[in-house]
Amino acid sequence: MEGLKKSILASLWFMFLTLPIMGVFVNTIDKSVTWHLDRVLYVGVAAFILSYLWRFMLERKEKGQKAEEQASVEKVTLFSKLMVNPKIYWPALIAVAGFAVAFPKLFSMYQVNVMTSALIYVVLGLGLNIVVGLAGLLDLGFVAFYAVGAYSYALMNMYWGISFWVALPLGALLGAFCGILLGFPVLRLRGDYLAIVTLGFGEIIRLVLENWGTFTHGPSGISNIARPEFFGFAKGFMAQINFMYYLMLVLVIFTIFVVNRLKNSRIGRAWQALREDEIACQAMGIDKMKTKLMAFSLGATWAGMVGVVFAAKTTFINPASFTFLESAIILSIVVLGGMGSILGVILGALVLILLPEYMREFSEYRMLIFGATMVLVMVFRPQGLVRDVRKKIDISAVKKALGGAHE
Amino acid sequence: MEYFLELFFSGLTRGSIYALIALGYTMVYGIIELINFAHGEIYMIGAFVGLVVAGILTSFGFPAASIIVLASIAAIIYAAAYGYTIEKIAYRPLRGAPRLSPLISAIGMSIFLQNYVMLSQTSDFLSFPNLIPEFNFLGKYESMVGSSDFVIIVVAAVVMVALNLFIKFTRMGKAMRATAQNRKMAMLVGINVDQVISATFVIGSALAAVGGVLIASHIGQINFFIGFIAGIKAFTAAVLGGIGSVPGAMLGGLILGWTESFCTGYVSSDYEDVFAFALLVLILIFRPSGLLGKAPIQKV
Repeated sequence: MEGLKKSILASLWFMFLTLPIMGVFVNTIDKSVTWHLDRVLYVGVAAFILSYLWRFMLERKEKGQKAEEQASVEKVTLFSKLMVNPKIYWPALIAVAGFAVAFPKLFSMYQVNVMTSALIYVVLGLGLNIVVGLAGLLDLGFVAFYAVGAYSYALMNMYWGISFWVALPLGALLGAFCGILLGFPVLRLRGDYLAIVTLGFGEIIRLVLENWGTFTHGPSGISNIARPEFFGFAKGFMAQINFMYYLMLVLVIFTIFVVNRLKNSRIGRAWQALREDEIACQAMGIDKMKTKLMAFSLGATWAGMVGVVFAAKTTFINPASFTFLESAIILSIVVLGGMGSILGVILGALVLILLPEYMREFSEYRMLIFGATMVLVMVFRPQGLVRDVRKKIDISAVKKALGGAHE
Repeated sequence: MEYFLELFFSGLTRGSIYALIALGYTMVYGIIELINFAHGEIYMIGAFVGLVVAGILTSFGFPAASIIVLASIAAIIYAAAYGYTIEKIAYRPLRGAPRLSPLISAIGMSIFLQNYVMLSQTSDFLSFPNLIPEFNFLGKYESMVGSSDFVIIVVAAVVMVALNLFIKFTRMGKAMRATAQNRKMAMLVGINVDQVISATFVIGSALAAVGGVLIASHIGQINFFIGFIAGIKAFTAAVLGGIGSVPGAMLGGLILGWTESFCTGYVSSDYEDVFAFALLVLILIFRPSGLLGKAPIQKV
């Protein structure tokens, strides 16, 4: 009964809220007013149903928290159990690998193209994951490094005719260099200040690209960027697209390998410690500045490298591809997937990039859903799709061998 | 000299608007240490509500003077309602979560609101009627300070004085200051902290809506994206003055307005937004606590 009253109130409240924005459209030039009251009615019905769901989810979350506190043992989900079990893990990995290799043979050119862009976002997500997920530094200008990579290839190709294979490491280096350049002064700022500074930096880069017309061709962008040469292979248009896909696949595997190694390395542990508690971390003798700078520039390296691939793939770039929204998309990949978790970020990228692509009729609602997802994930499932599982060394066997003498 | 004065007053107009929006950032930050990323969108929604109400009233043939008053009141009510709702949905369930969580939630909210307005209205620029009637009060100096500039400056000044009095002397204002100083202690002495936080969002949003209607009527067009840039600039103003400090936000707004106005006037108009962002980056690097702010003490 109490719930019904609350839901009716919520429904009325949301109808009131959406009335002027969704319910009316005015045109002040020809002084016409169009009413869409039916939309407001839908909002009311939706709010009524959703408010039940909202309360149910909140209750469940609270119960979950209490249960976790009481149990005091870290709960291992079925999924992560499966992931650790080698009987399931290896065949699954081989199946995925086989599918990935056979993909261009099985599907059309369009699909391959879409998949290549999804893989670009996988690498971007993994790069940002180092900065946000592992080190806990919120970077809202990540796309600036992506732009640096893309523009460095496009400009070097246009002015000096530098080939893709030379540009790829150069783009990565430039990305890292810009990461250090920006990171050095701003990394002593705390979380939310850092977020805003990186946002400002991203916007400055975009505005400069847009306004420095004589050098970057301004808003009209750079076209006819050379596609990469594959040492005599892949002469046709079709084959080039397939090779682009394989190139991205190799890059993804390389990224996963490196990020995975980094995560469990000394520096990776330092990042995670820094994320949890900065002051305690300093007390432990970790060089805060160096560690943060490492995370920042390593993240930027991936963005720079993928930027080169992006420029080569589309053969046309302009500043409109590097807006804040792009940063937000990459951030929501990391957040939705599960901050810190590699598998989570990959799943997040595939879901967020492929889903709107295949559901064309929803594509204009894409950003709306992104925004809502970010809020909902933070409220109900802050760990994301896949919870980051830390590698632990099981010492119970050692304890047993010692016969509990030290306890 | 005349050009200088012109730039001076256009900077003053801009600065007053930035200050109005910056107050929302500063008040919220002062109390819950959260950058309310969706605050720029509240300003945008305020402008849209103003446009819709003004459009409806014009079609009914209301007189111009009543339209601006009614449109502003509607915008204030709606912006306050949106601010209240956003706090309840996106921030309240996250009290006590790690710092990054409410910030990401706020960014999500901001993207959501932008697209909500874009899909339900349009992504094109809509023309906003000039609600402030022309009145010539300066004779030959009319070109420097137009009537809408004058109204903006006066309204902003009045609102800020009122806000200062509110914070100093009313019960709620005192509760706000207490909560900003120490939330746990405020709770212990019987202040309803949830209520105070809601009130902060409501007041901040209402001020942003005033700014929204005024600037929309001044510039003459709006679209769903105006909140983003205005939000960042207002945030710059808040940081410049020292985030958390109410007089700081006003000072920061004015300085930012003048910087932009003089830089575009004397240097180049292409890089208008770059000046604001560059100023933001510079302040954060050299004086993150702002002009009137206090450096935060890190507690272990």
